[in-house]
Amino acid sequence: MENIFFQVGLGLLFLKISIKINGIVKPENNEKTLLKGLARSDKKAVETIYKDNFNMIQSLILNNNGSSDDAKDIFQEAMIVLYEKVRSGTFELNCQIKTYLYSVCRRLWLKRLQQLSRYSNEVADIQTSVPVEDDVEDHEKRNVEFEMMDKAIDSLGEPCRSLLEAYYLQKKTMQEIAAGFGYTNADNAKTQKYKCLVRLKKIFFSQYKNGKQ
Amino acid sequence: MEDIQILDAVERYIKGEMNPDERLHFENLRKTSPEIDQLVVEHTLFLQQMNRFGEWKKFRSSLHDTHTRLAEQGKIDSARLKGKAKVIYLWKRYKRVAAIAAIIAGVTTLAISTLVNIFTPQADNARVQELSRDIPNIKHQQNMQVDEVNNLKNEVNNIKSKINLQPIPYKAGGTGFLIDGKGFLVTNAHIVLTSRHIAVTNNKGEQFHAVLVKAYPDKDIAILKIDDDRFKTLSTIPYGISKEESDVAEPIFTLGYPRNDIVYSEGYLSAKTGFNGDTLSCQLGIAANRGNSGGPVFNHEGEVIGILSTKETEAEGVAFAIQSKYIFTAINELRKDTAYKNLRLPLKSNVRGLDTKQQVKKIQDYVFFVKGD
Repeated sequence: MENIFFQVGLGLLFLKISIKINGIVKPENNEKTLLKGLARSDKKAVETIYKDNFNMIQSLILNNNGSSDDAKDIFQEAMIVLYEKVRSGTFELNCQIKTYLYSVCRRLWLKRLQQLSRYSNEVADIQTSVPVEDDVEDHEKRNVEFEMMDKAIDSLGEPCRSLLEAYYLQKKTMQEIAAGFGYTNADNAKTQKYKCLVRLKKIFFSQYKNGKQ
Repeated sequence: MEDIQILDAVERYIKGEMNPDERLHFENLRKTSPEIDQLVVEHTLFLQQMNRFGEWKKFRSSLHDTHTRLAEQGKIDSARLKGKAKVIYLWKRYKRVAAIAAIIAGVTTLAISTLVNIFTPQADNARVQELSRDIPNIKHQQNMQVDEVNNLKNEVNNIKSKINLQPIPYKAGGTGFLIDGKGFLVTNAHIVLTSRHIAVTNNKGEQFHAVLVKAYPDKDIAILKIDDDRFKTLSTIPYGISKEESDVAEPIFTLGYPRNDIVYSEGYLSAKTGFNGDTLSCQLGIAANRGNSGGPVFNHEGEVIGILSTKETEAEGVAFAIQSKYIFTAINELRKDTAYKNLRLPLKSNVRGLDTKQQVKKIQDYVFFVKGD
């Protein structure tokens, strides 16, 4: 009984939110704008998608033996899937963001449940879903690669890790890095960076090959 | 150093940081040197990977920030659930675990109780069962006790009636002797013929109730049977019953109860016939009294040759005995009755060759005082 009230409550919440959104812009345009923003990792767009969909996913996970931490994990994973998808440029919106995210989360959670324990291989649906198996699989492959990279960078140790992260990830200039790390000049920092890069590439490509096998 | 310079060149080339001259030079180098070309391709791939990795990481952390921010602003449901929602959540999360735990607990309980049942010493079980069976047992025992009480009452009544009968004066008295260990006695018919109650007493003074099995008044022979629970079947009769006629002048002796104690008398066979030439009996020269009637007459070999029955009133020391062969006649007649067809007379004397004193010692237990009212 409480369960029904709980779900009805959630449903009303969604209704309210969607009414608000509808009040501002047309839903289709709105969604396209949001996805464009997401591709640029626009803070506002990310935030909007996040707050519009998270509660639904959380109730899905909670209804299926998950915790709120699981919900956060799964939802963020789905957001990354969506992010990768819009960035690839091949993504065409043939369903609502909500439906897509729900489907991905459902798929991800099902997989998680199967990994955690063998007794649950069903997820009680609270909404219709679209097939997202391929997307989830691609995402998982990428995740494996990124985790490999993460590990490789971690295994370099300091200062290599910070040096490489500063240059390649945070896109700092060599002058900034030299100043920040205390090198006498940018050239020395650059030399050091290349030494680290050679090591990283060695580790990464050996892992990459092993991983591909 | 060389490698690093090449790597720097490759990277600058990929990033488009080279000036047009430098770029042209490098492109030529690429075309001529496959190693450099390979390095460019490889590094391009790597840099792409790094870029995507960087963006992935950035997006990841931005998502995390977004989550925290939205949660703080209350725009998404807080991670902390409160009240009913929390209860429902906990229930949903753990109901499966709880169910499994309950099942395991149930199975364990059953298993333990089964094991306990199996391994509990069986004796306890048996005791319990015995207890349950005891109730009918006790009932049964009670019934039996009631029966016994009734029996006792009846017996008491019987005894009372017996006590009432006890004063009945046994007017007739005589002697009888066993012809069978089971309690068959031979005596004179005239002692018991008119008696309603017959009692026999052994030389120890033990009295038993007896019944008349059959009387042959013509031969003055009666067969009695001791009908008393206290009577114990005796072993082999020590004397035999003689089928032969005895010779005149043969020494004989008798045992009888002319009074309450057993009395021994001895004499001789005077004649082969009885009073007035009666062929049924024989004449004895023996001191006999009234109670000697029915007593056995033994020869020196310990064989019964007759039943002491009468005495001549006019002459002392003259008595008559029924010849022993008529005991056979009587028993043979009795055996026609199926109830007595197994009755056998003792033929052989076990006391042959012993002196008279020893013979009497052995025989006296088999001679009874017969009383009738």
